[in-house]
Amino acid sequence: MANFSINSLARRARLGQLTALALASACLASPAQAQETFKVGIVSFLSGQAAESFGIPAVNGAKVLVDAFNKGAAPAPYNKVGFGGMKIEPIYVDENGGATKQVQELRNLYDRDKVDAVVGYVGSGDCLAVAPVAEEMKKFLILYDCGTPRIFEDNKFNYVFRTAAHATMDNVALARYMKARNVKAETFNMINQDYAWGQDSKKDFSWSMEKLYPNAKSGEDQLPKFGAGQYGTEISALMAKQADVTHSSLWGGDLQAFILQASPRGLFKRTQVVFSAADHVLPALGDKMPDGVILGARGAYGLMSPKSALNDWWWDLYSKANNVYPVQAPYRMVQSLLGLKLAVEKAMAANGGKKPNAEQLAAALSNSEWDSPAGRIRMSLGNGHQAVQETAIGKTRYDAAQKMVVLDDIMRFPADCVNPPANMKSEDWIKAGFPGAKGCP
Amino acid sequence: MLTILIDGLTYASWLFIVALGLTLVFGVLKILNIAHGSFYALGAYAAASFVGWAGAMKLAPGFTLVAMLLAAVAVAALIAPLTERGLLRFFYGRDEVLLVLVTYAMFLMLEDVTKLVWGATPYYVSEPYSLFGSIDVGTQTYVGYDFLLVALALLVGGAVWWWLNRTRQGKITLAVIHNAEIASSMGVNVSRVYMLAFSIGVFLAAIGGAFTAPMISVQPGVSVGVIILSFAVVIIGGLGSIEGAAVGALIVGLARSMAVHLAPVAELFSIYMVMAVVLMFRPEGLFQRIKARKI
Repeated sequence: MANFSINSLARRARLGQLTALALASACLASPAQAQETFKVGIVSFLSGQAAESFGIPAVNGAKVLVDAFNKGAAPAPYNKVGFGGMKIEPIYVDENGGATKQVQELRNLYDRDKVDAVVGYVGSGDCLAVAPVAEEMKKFLILYDCGTPRIFEDNKFNYVFRTAAHATMDNVALARYMKARNVKAETFNMINQDYAWGQDSKKDFSWSMEKLYPNAKSGEDQLPKFGAGQYGTEISALMAKQADVTHSSLWGGDLQAFILQASPRGLFKRTQVVFSAADHVLPALGDKMPDGVILGARGAYGLMSPKSALNDWWWDLYSKANNVYPVQAPYRMVQSLLGLKLAVEKAMAANGGKKPNAEQLAAALSNSEWDSPAGRIRMSLGNGHQAVQETAIGKTRYDAAQKMVVLDDIMRFPADCVNPPANMKSEDWIKAGFPGAKGCP
Repeated sequence: MLTILIDGLTYASWLFIVALGLTLVFGVLKILNIAHGSFYALGAYAAASFVGWAGAMKLAPGFTLVAMLLAAVAVAALIAPLTERGLLRFFYGRDEVLLVLVTYAMFLMLEDVTKLVWGATPYYVSEPYSLFGSIDVGTQTYVGYDFLLVALALLVGGAVWWWLNRTRQGKITLAVIHNAEIASSMGVNVSRVYMLAFSIGVFLAAIGGAFTAPMISVQPGVSVGVIILSFAVVIIGGLGSIEGAAVGALIVGLARSMAVHLAPVAELFSIYMVMAVVLMFRPEGLFQRIKARKI
């Protein structure tokens, strides 16, 4: 009896402890689930030469958008709090420092910071370096900005995606614009940076010119190094070999320096200058930007963005927070985060409402489509891992009344007009004369 | 041919102004100063601010040149004592590799300092660039300001040469360059000479940046390219040699100009090929002085 009583008491005490533990666990579990977060590593240039034009505007875009997501303040279908109810926890990493450093930083994000996804990379060299690492680690990676077509044309990835079109679109659209607007182009010069982006851009433009202007002759082919800053000699070379058109994919500080040095020397009056990715310098350059320059933005971004409720919301959100309108880099960041949000929520729905793993995320984003402020994004190339989108080209004019550069004579190009089909590499597609191109104006 | 010469000369002038300070600091302090590029960037940023203030005060356009000069003076007066007295002097006599690492750390820190002070937004100071109009040479149109840089290079090069060879302080500095220990035993205040030479070096980097500012957008990252090219110049000319910096800058400027006009794909290669050829035959550079061997 005594033993029974002792055992009974002990059992009751243990039961009581277990009940208390269960209650405590239950009490703790609910808030823990409610507080589950989705960690996103966001990698962009926070220092160095690409920071001002691309890295910092993109991160500024990410900050306002993540804030709006976490408040549930974005318009439908992006109006769920965070990602499917999970608050988004961004970790910002500087892309400056070279590809080797980026590989290590990416490993740190996955292994040390335990991020659920990484969205990042402006530099084509960085993208080429980090994509195989994410694939090897079986971790989810979105390349949001870099332009080189080689990533998905020369490789096959399961965990890596690019949510923006590659650079082929920019140069094909530029050449098509010139043709549609009857721009005289019997001769053309080029000046592009001597690395993956510049080399790919000049090839795409040259091949496009061969098809659209078969009699055009190429002249100067200048390849200054990235970050050269001084272009006096290159400008002399371009002026010495007179050409109807001068093409360039220069960007950022290099592009600004080139414009500041070439404009007073009269280059813009002697030749029709066409830039493939120059919208981002317009707010800063203002009246220093010459009139009549034909330029693209690597998408229908900024002053060339389409009218829509989503774009109006995004434009106001970014402009009010940063005192400047959004240009291409923040647009590309926002379209990647919108795609990621829908992919997470789709994967959660298929996973009983639980946070998805990398495989589930990859399955959800692959071949998906979504609306962005710059139009419809379709993951239709690279086995559903590479986006296509519409783009636009316009012509500069400084508006003294508005005290800003405006773009006139804007022409829009549907995605299927300026991007290769899924079964062709960009080079082959252009050289074959753009087979299957649809909806070209 | 004339175009190649003019382009080479203007590029060489820009390089020489920056490389002169680098070679002077190495000659006196024996420091391969990677932070020299940061002083160049600080000069450009300071010039942007000073020219902006000159504009806000509605001063005559010509005053922008004075504002740029004052900006370089301000950078030298503020930054040189801070970095030389506050950091570098603690490493004198240590391994040269350690000093390179210290200046590299300074370079990284100053990159962030410029961002903290001026932010990442680009600055434009293009007003001075249009002060001298345009000059037509054959089929080319040059901006008059480009030739101002040639004059500035001649002026600063001549001034440094005159200071070193024709003034008492300069000769004391030459004595320190030759042998700091003996100079010290003869009563020379070596620390003061170090401080002075470093300040002049910072000033030369800053004035290079200040007078480049009107031609570029001043933004993070401007410090990187210039320091690599400056190293090529001083290695060709001989570390520590003023004449070497001038000849090295001319060689680099002309080699690059020829490459850009005749074989653009070899632009960078031309610079480093010249450097390699010089090092093959003159491993210590074209103008390296014969050193007395210490026993």
